[in-house]
Amino acid sequence: MSNIRTAFQNGKAFIPFITCGDPDLDTTIKVVKAAAENGADLIELGIPFSDPTAEGPVIQGANIRALAAGTTTDKIFDMVSQLRKEISTPLVFMTYANVVFSYDPERFMARCCENNVGGVILPDLPFEEREEFSAVAAQYGVDLIPLIAPTSADRIAMIAKEASGFIYIVSSLGVTGVRSEIRTDIGQIVDVIRSVTDVPCAVGFGISKPEQAEKMAGLSDGAIVGSAIIRILEQYGKDAAPHVGEYVRSMKEAVMRAK
Amino acid sequence: MSRSKGRFGIHGGQYIPETLMNAVIELEKAYEHYKDDPDFNRELTALLNEYAGRPSLLYYAEKLTRELGGAKIYLKREDLNHTGSHKINNVLGQALLAKKMGKTRLIAETGAGQHGVATATAAALLDMECVVFMGEEDTIRQALNVYRMRLLGAEVIPVKSGTATLKDAVSEAMREWTSRIDDTHYCLGSVMGPHPFPTIVRDFQAVISREARAQILEKEGRLPDAVIACVGGGSNAIGSFYHFIPDEGVQLIGCEAAGRGIDTFETAATVNTGRVGIFHGMKSYFCQDEYGQIAPVYSISAGLDYPGVGPEHANLHDIGRAQYVPITDDEAVDAFEFLSRTEGIIPAIESAHAVAYAMKLAPTMDKDKIIIVTISGRGDKDCAAIARYRGEDIHE
Repeated sequence: MSNIRTAFQNGKAFIPFITCGDPDLDTTIKVVKAAAENGADLIELGIPFSDPTAEGPVIQGANIRALAAGTTTDKIFDMVSQLRKEISTPLVFMTYANVVFSYDPERFMARCCENNVGGVILPDLPFEEREEFSAVAAQYGVDLIPLIAPTSADRIAMIAKEASGFIYIVSSLGVTGVRSEIRTDIGQIVDVIRSVTDVPCAVGFGISKPEQAEKMAGLSDGAIVGSAIIRILEQYGKDAAPHVGEYVRSMKEAVMRAK
Repeated sequence: MSRSKGRFGIHGGQYIPETLMNAVIELEKAYEHYKDDPDFNRELTALLNEYAGRPSLLYYAEKLTRELGGAKIYLKREDLNHTGSHKINNVLGQALLAKKMGKTRLIAETGAGQHGVATATAAALLDMECVVFMGEEDTIRQALNVYRMRLLGAEVIPVKSGTATLKDAVSEAMREWTSRIDDTHYCLGSVMGPHPFPTIVRDFQAVISREARAQILEKEGRLPDAVIACVGGGSNAIGSFYHFIPDEGVQLIGCEAAGRGIDTFETAATVNTGRVGIFHGMKSYFCQDEYGQIAPVYSISAGLDYPGVGPEHANLHDIGRAQYVPITDDEAVDAFEFLSRTEGIIPAIESAHAVAYAMKLAPTMDKDKIIIVTISGRGDKDCAAIARYRGEDIHE
């Protein structure tokens, strides 16, 4: 059992996503610390992948910048071990199956465990393929965070029953990216989840504004924001940390307002 | 891995976002239903025969055989199909299936443009909307095919992400599919991607070896000693191999695009230079770095310029049933020109990779041996690029 549960014990959770190494790993350290100091309950660290098929243009851009800067899985683990000396905020990795597979799942999960990274999100690993990674993850106390989509329908209960850590609810069809409106009936998805498990669930994809975060956190246990933060990094580059901090603070305040 | 579906040995599976899972499950159910449905098969056979021009010829290349001085060479002429390649076999099957499923819109990726043209053609015929994703680099290399697709009523979207080639077109088509599933079928062009695509595409392409096996038995009274086909994702190759797989005496040889050579970084020879990974919905061999980042690949052929290979090929390689050989740009271009001059048949540059290996293999074999080479497509689309390769600038 990881420390992810504690992220959901300070009221509704705000979960920022940051691509490691965008524009470089020194900046990532500063940005992650700024997010932690400003109320982030759980931080999703993206390990860049050359071909992120679930991402929209904004996060694709972050992946390209990070890889161009020479970011590797090993360098990211080193960065996290450095971060762990300063922050205790729960962390999870978000990457693609091949990154973990290529590193060797056992070695990957062992290093997560060493560095107190509580979970791994693999958007290209659906329920049917989980076992290949979940057994070894469990062995090292790492939660393999499942995703539930607007199209999941009869699959929701099946996925939720085996969930640990938290459940990532994908708010909309399509790829990651800022959206003006979220039309999916999140409440209905949460009801099904609640009928089978008490594992917390947070909503991501398309959230950028405090009002959206408040609404989504109101329907679930938290809100996840990626592209909007990457845009701040895009704009301010190495000087992004205070701006991300300020944004995180406003978003945490918004989710705390949620009923 | 008991829940995982669509495995070929350790390869295959369904490594896709949850958003697409119900779509592929629905596709699998529909396919399981229609593949044995007599009406569906009657309709498909009618389209293949009356519209696409099947069966395709198995042509004895007598001059080529004489020139090479060894095994008898037969050419399976998929280049003679309507739209000029084997791609139409799969597309007619999938488009008909999509139509039965109530879909009104087809999306597709394309490299050389052959699959895009085939999909646009089927969409025109069956009154469906069509959007084709094509790497921007490829829209330049294959400008004529872009025009053909537009002429057929399809929208062509140039993909600028990544290396702007086939892999990026696949990624973009997958992204598009996750955003619009209800009315849209992703008409995948090769034996790759998540289950059930590798099986569906294989079954629709297996018509190649079903015909070739019967044709060679009729002409020669025996099975061939070798079947040779080019491999990108591997759809014409698996189609050419499939009905010969149980015939152990038939050597199955896939020709990969080595680009400037397998000892360079400018290659697309996946089985020869890649290792097992997970990408584009499947476990298989991929060109990648030590951290699993997919490598930018290169080949003169836009259709073979892909960093992965279909999972069934990966397994045929693992179990030693098929062998996969690298063919360089230079060898393919030589073969492109050689077949044009000896037989008056201009092969697609993709297919020229298979011809190139036949040119190496045939002279080492006795004259009573038989080789079948699949000419997966015709080479008109490649003339400008090959002219450029030879230092001649022509305008189409």
